[in-house]
Amino acid sequence: MDIMEKFLLRNIENPNSADINEYVKAGGYKNLSKALARDPKDILEELKKSGLRGRGGAGFPTAMKWSFAKADPKFPKYLLCNADEGEPGTFKDRPILEKNPHLLIEGMAISGYILGAEYGYIYLRGEYPAANDILNAAIKQAYEANYLGDNVNGKGVKFHLAVHQGAGAYICGEETALIESIEGKKGQPRNKPPFPVNVGAWNMPTIVNNVETLSNLPLIIEIGAEAYANIGSKECPGPKLFCISGHVNKPGVYELPMGTSLKDIIYIHAGGMRNGSKLKAVIPGGISTPVLPADSIDCAMDFVAMPKAGSMLGSGAVIVMDDSVCMVKVAYRALKFFEHESCGKCVPCREGTDWLRKVLERIENGNGKEGDIELLTDIAGIMLGKTFCPLGDGAAGVVMGMIKHFRNEFEEHIKNSRCNFS
Amino acid sequence: MFNETVLKEIDEIKAKYPDRKSALLPSLYVAQREFGWLSHEAMECVSKALNVPEAHVRGTASFYAMYKHRPVGRNLIQLCTNVSCMILGAEKLVDFLGTRYGVQPNGTSQDSRFSLVIMECIGACGTAPAMLVNTDFYDNLSEKRIEEILEKYK
Repeated sequence: MDIMEKFLLRNIENPNSADINEYVKAGGYKNLSKALARDPKDILEELKKSGLRGRGGAGFPTAMKWSFAKADPKFPKYLLCNADEGEPGTFKDRPILEKNPHLLIEGMAISGYILGAEYGYIYLRGEYPAANDILNAAIKQAYEANYLGDNVNGKGVKFHLAVHQGAGAYICGEETALIESIEGKKGQPRNKPPFPVNVGAWNMPTIVNNVETLSNLPLIIEIGAEAYANIGSKECPGPKLFCISGHVNKPGVYELPMGTSLKDIIYIHAGGMRNGSKLKAVIPGGISTPVLPADSIDCAMDFVAMPKAGSMLGSGAVIVMDDSVCMVKVAYRALKFFEHESCGKCVPCREGTDWLRKVLERIENGNGKEGDIELLTDIAGIMLGKTFCPLGDGAAGVVMGMIKHFRNEFEEHIKNSRCNFS
Repeated sequence: MFNETVLKEIDEIKAKYPDRKSALLPSLYVAQREFGWLSHEAMECVSKALNVPEAHVRGTASFYAMYKHRPVGRNLIQLCTNVSCMILGAEKLVDFLGTRYGVQPNGTSQDSRFSLVIMECIGACGTAPAMLVNTDFYDNLSEKRIEEILEKYK
């Protein structure tokens, strides 16, 4: 397959791309028919060979997660699509949801068949009202065309799908909080184990996967595991959606092979720095991922290489900042976000995000004290690894990354009792 | 109490889930649409329609940012100021909304024309800064563009 050929964003330039007729005309729903003619166990084996890893941020091998849920004898099983795209900087799932909804529906129908799950829900963030209308219209069309329902494609397979709209809580992107939320509760994460693959939504085996992950299923059926595994990085193959924002010439969503270098994403695909300004720093995977300074962007964007480069792939949300940006202010804004979104369930996160924000705010406002940098490091150190879910780790990691690479900027703020950027 | 049409709508929502409690989030949206915000009465109606304790309804509603916990103006502006929007000038737009329309974050203008809520990322980072006005989405914002957009919201 030509690496430049688009699959996840195929056909989205067509203004009617969300319509089922256009999707079918472009070859859509053929892969569902192909899948339904095969044994689900075979397809799961093929999925394993494809090497697909979850695109939500953790990069867990999809087939492994699915085999746990499939092995659990309890029924019914549920398939939940995580469309709570809330990680700041992230807007990669949005073109699928708004322009290519049938790709997701086809992917979910195939996934339901593999898993033996007869009910699926798309947990859609409340901030995407347009996507809600588009998805509901697409689901209605898919029912009419018999790609969803009690007898999908006349093959005696049942798969029902509905949209569940969230209401503005970042934490609901965490899978157990998402499950709590769909059950009509506050979105507070659950203790693990038991894992959702065994005890998930309504206490039944549940698979939660990101929009982009599930949208890869039709491609794997289409070209087979071997060809799929040849796209992008060897250890985590496939196409990847990268969304680039900030001070670049061409911000936007790009479908590129997994493992494309961060440098190429910025300078080739996103057209380089806006107005010829100087690159200062990059947040490579959404604001929960540690910042990288300008001289550290020669790294492959995938789940294996990024931790070695000192950050994470996260959601593939690349925020590019030029030298007009104050890193203390970015850290402060990020912590204001984490403090607001902390669910309050565990003390290190609830108190830690509050304190980190307070100290960062006073440094940014010129009221920083000697010892504040050590205080920040201390608080972040107490949080790391001790919070209930990754939200607290993310918040602590952001502060540690900023201090590691831009310590002098923090010192300047404290020494001069002001921010030199504002 | 909700009228028959609304109760029917809530029954349809309930049918999508294996238990009635799961219909809570969508039903709160319905109540918000019917009452304009989640008043005590609105939440009582949800509690009765779903047969879920009122304390649970109120507790859950309080967790989520997109439910309106107080009356709002005729038009709700939800502006993002998270990092991608911030580095492209979103904070200046907050100030502009204050001076031009008299609306502050979490407040309502005196003429009740606009309420303003600061959002945490609305997924439009590539075309930042961005906002929602009611359920309409706008991006690539500038002071001039905001003036043009808000012209049609009376």
